This record gives sequence, structure tokens and C-alpha cells, in this order.
Amino acid sequence: MRESLFHSHRKAIASAIYTNRLFHIFVGIITVSTFILIIGLLYTILGKGLPKLSLDFLFTLPNELEAGGGVGPFLFNSFYVLILSLILSLPIGIGAGIFLAEYAPNNRFTEFVRTSVESLASVPSIVFGLFGYVLFVEYVGIGLTIIGAAVTLALLNLPVLARVTEEAIQAVPQDIREASLALGATKSQTILKVVLPAALNGILTGISLVACRAFGESAIIILAGGTSTSGFMWDFNLLSQGGTLPVHLWYVQSEALVPDATEIAQKSAAILVLIVLIISFTVRFPLWIQALITKIKATPRKS
Amino acid sequence: MALPAEHVRIQHEQTKTKQWRIKYMKNNAFRYACLASALSLGVALFSIVVFISQTGFLVFKDVSWKEFFFSATWEPFEEKYGAAVFIAGTLYLTFLTLIMCTPIALAIAIFVAEMAPNWLKNVMRPMLDLLVGIPSIVYGFLGLTILIPFIRETTGTLVGDGFLAAALVLTMMVLPTVTRISDDAICAVPQHLREAGYALGSTKLQVITRIVLPAARPGILTAIILGMTRAIGETMAVVMVIGNTAQFGWDLLTPTSVLTSNIVMQITNVQFDSTWNYALYMMAFLLLFISLVLIIIIRQLRPKGE
Repeated sequence: MRESLFHSHRKAIASAIYTNRLFHIFVGIITVSTFILIIGLLYTILGKGLPKLSLDFLFTLPNELEAGGGVGPFLFNSFYVLILSLILSLPIGIGAGIFLAEYAPNNRFTEFVRTSVESLASVPSIVFGLFGYVLFVEYVGIGLTIIGAAVTLALLNLPVLARVTEEAIQAVPQDIREASLALGATKSQTILKVVLPAALNGILTGISLVACRAFGESAIIILAGGTSTSGFMWDFNLLSQGGTLPVHLWYVQSEALVPDATEIAQKSAAILVLIVLIISFTVRFPLWIQALITKIKATPRKS
Repeated sequence: MALPAEHVRIQHEQTKTKQWRIKYMKNNAFRYACLASALSLGVALFSIVVFISQTGFLVFKDVSWKEFFFSATWEPFEEKYGAAVFIAGTLYLTFLTLIMCTPIALAIAIFVAEMAPNWLKNVMRPMLDLLVGIPSIVYGFLGLTILIPFIRETTGTLVGDGFLAAALVLTMMVLPTVTRISDDAICAVPQHLREAGYALGSTKLQVITRIVLPAARPGILTAIILGMTRAIGETMAVVMVIGNTAQFGWDLLTPTSVLTSNIVMQITNVQFDSTWNYALYMMAFLLLFISLVLIIIIRQLRPKGE
């Protein structure tokens, strides 16, 4: 009796160890293969597009019928709309984040604001697009414009900015706030001069996230900004059509008549991925360097 | 006859109170500015709901709700506006995406949170964050140029567009989001729970499946629902691979259509005050409604007071 119990236990333990090992291998294989797949696909995009890229392509006008056109105005519009939307959404989004982290009392109003932030973050971008369309094309009556696209895009940015700012501010330790208040600073001075600088890393990462998302957004732009541009470079007019590079990629791939449409699409996709990578890196790079420096400074003290 | 020194002192005090007043006015102004920005988010959400629903509900003047929700004939030129194909399509596509995405995302999250050495974590987490930022149109383009020819070759269908292609593209898009949030949820499980498990002689698998995952369940559910909202609302990536035909596509390989893709394909070609347009807005309102309901579910999942 006793031996069989010991036996069965040993069996159970052996099988537990065996399944555990299987599980490790299984999870490892899934992770590695998924990563290889995704990186392989991104590499394909960059590999197909980048070698054919030339400066000309980035700055010349598109051509509707003949091969050899560029994406100049679309690329320009992409940045123009992105920057406008950030200018519009940064103060409001960060303000809302500060309110939620620093001022919000624990009551129903705060609950309401939090629910709106989360709901707004989950609103499908096409719904934002339709909203922009109703607002700017039907009620204001200015048609498909850069400013319409930028304002609608700003709405998409707002909830993410608010949430990221709130999280970054909440991570700031309480004692530096108290130190600032004890020196006689008002709450607003404390927030602006002590808390925000301390939370800057988190906020910057959030901004890069928002910028990437806004840069690649296409559904909103199609509905509020249109699929084409004014047709010449460096057009800062807020009321000209606001087609951006992602929209152009879609247009070229689905409707264009140009013979070299595939090549244009490949190159545009490569540019998009490259710019998103650059945006992410430029924001994170200083943070990495900073982390590295503090690490190097910290090591000799330890040893 | 006030002494000059006295005079100076009074003046000094006056300027000082003035400075104090300005300081506190600034303080209050900042507070109200923050309050106003927070409020403006609520206003934005409210006006979106009002604008979209107002335009959308006009459709029921010409089309009965029974026809809109349950009829599968979408023939705008013959005044037939049955959106059942698109509604069922959106739900089906979301379901398919989740079925494919959740196990993979969970496996990667477990790997990153519980098994990977620190250096690998520090490589994989930023990489996942980076993948979240890749534009959806790029995923659509990938699906169109790589996935669809591949599907055509392996299954022998003529077109290749359909739910299978769309669900695969969406899975790839949603995966980083779901993984990162699940990863955070798993990391948030207190270490001493794990240690208690190991102390009782559990293997890592037992600790993960019986202690860590149940403890992280609300967070993981939140991740899945957030993935769902993204899958439901995704437009451009889906448009490029779904085929855009108003018919059911249950067998995964028939060209079909969902709410988002139908809206974006047709909205630019219709008159604003036509039933067709109202029907499209009603479909957008449905999308909005579904995502709001999902968010309310997430809020219920969370313990109170957070």
C-alpha cells in the first residue's frame, strides 16, 4: 500500500516535471516563431522599398498617368497634419492627465471623466473620421481640408495623451511634491516645475506612441482630409486637401492607374515603417543614454 | 505727514500682497485650465455620440429596424438597406481574431514575464511597443501583397480575399497590444504568491496555470477586450484584404464585408442627406455602441476604487 502510494506520487511528479519542460519548449517556440515572422515581414517591407528609394521620390509631385511620380506633397502633408494635431492635442491631453492625477477628487465627476477618457480611447477611428466629416464638411462647410484632418486626428490623440500623462505623474514619488510645497510653492508651481520634469520620460514615451499612431492613421484622413493634395509642394494653406502618405498608399494600391503603382506602394510602405521607427527611436534614444549613464555612474559606487 | 520710510514699507507690502494675489490667481487658473481640458474630453465624446447617432437614426424614417438589422440584402440603388451581413461579419471577424490571437499573445506574455532572462525582456518589450506603432495600412499592404497570394496558392481559391486573410492580418496587428497588457498584468502579480507555490513543490507550469494566471485574470481579460475594440474598429487593414462584397463569407475564403470596410468604401460616394448615407452613419453608431459597451465591461472587471 505504502509503496504503491510512493510509486504513484513519483509518477505524478515525473509527469509534472515532464509537462513543465514541454510547456517551456512550447511557449519558447511560439514566441520565437512569432517574432521571427513579424520581423521577417517588416524586413521584407524595408528590403523591397528602401533600395529603390531616391531623394527625388520623396520630394517630387505625384503623377496620375505616367511612371516616375513621387510622393512629395503627401509626405509633407503627413508631417504637417501630424504637427498640427499634436499642437492642438498636447496642451489639452496633458492638462486632462494632470487633472486626473493631481486634482481629481474621488467622486462621480472624476469617475465620469475617467470613463470618457477610456471610451474615447476605444472609439473606432472610422467613427472619428465620420464625426470630422459631419463637423467640417457638412456643418462648417469647408470641405476636405488639412485643418479638418488635424482637428479630428487631435481627438484621436487626446485620450492616449491623458492616460499616459496620468500614469507618468502618478509614478512621481510623493516626497518631492511635499518638499516643493514646504518651500512655499503653490500647487501649480509644484506641478509645472517639479512634477512634470520628473514625469517627463513617461510623457515623452507617450507622445512618441501618439505620434506614431497619428502618423500612420488613414481612415480619419480619408474622411476628413481627402485622398489628394493641393498638387504642389510646401503648401501651408490650412484649407487645401489633406491626403497623407498612408492614404496615398491605399489609393495607389487600390485605384491608381499609374503603371508603377506597385513600386510606389512598396516605397511608400517602406518610408512609413522607417519614419515610425525613427520617431520611436529619437524619443527613446536619449532615455536609453540617460539610463546607461546612471548605470555607469552607479556601478563603481557599488563595487 | 508720513515718513518716507513708512511710505516705502506700505508700498512694499502692497506690491507683496499683489504678488501673492497673482500667484494664487495663477494657481487657480491652472487648476481650472486642467479641469477644462479634462471636461473637454467628456464633451468630445458626448458630441461624437450625439452627431453620429443623430444622423444615424434618420435611417429609420425610411427603413424599418427589422430590415436594417435582419435583412441581408444591401442594394442601395434599389433602396434596400439590410446591414445584417456587415453586423454578423464584424462579430465573426472579431471572434476569429480573438481565437487566433489570445493563445499566442498569452504564450508570448508568459514567456516575456516569467521565463525570459532580463536582457531578453529589455529587448522584447520595446520591440512589442514598436510594433504597436506600425501603421495599420502597412499591415493591410502586407496582407494584400504577401498573405493573399499565399492563401491563393495553398488553398487553390481564385480570389483569396475574405475572413481568413482579414483575421490573420488583424491577429498580427492586435497581438502586440494584447501581449503587452497581459505581460503587465502578469508582472503585477505579487512575487510572494509565486514563492508560496514553489515552496509547496510546484513546477513552474503549475505555478503559472494555477496561481499566476488566475491572479492576473482581470488584467488579461482587459487586454483581450482592448484587443477586441481594436479589431472591431480597424478599417484600412481590413478594407485591403476582405474583398468588399456584401455577402456572407462563413467559409473564410469568400470575399465579404464588415461594418468598417463598408463605411469607408461607400461614404465618399454618397449624398449627405440620403438614406444610404444615414444607413452608413447608423452602422458607425453600432460600432461606437459596441466599443462603449466593451469599455463599460472593462470598468466592471476592475476592482472598485482604482
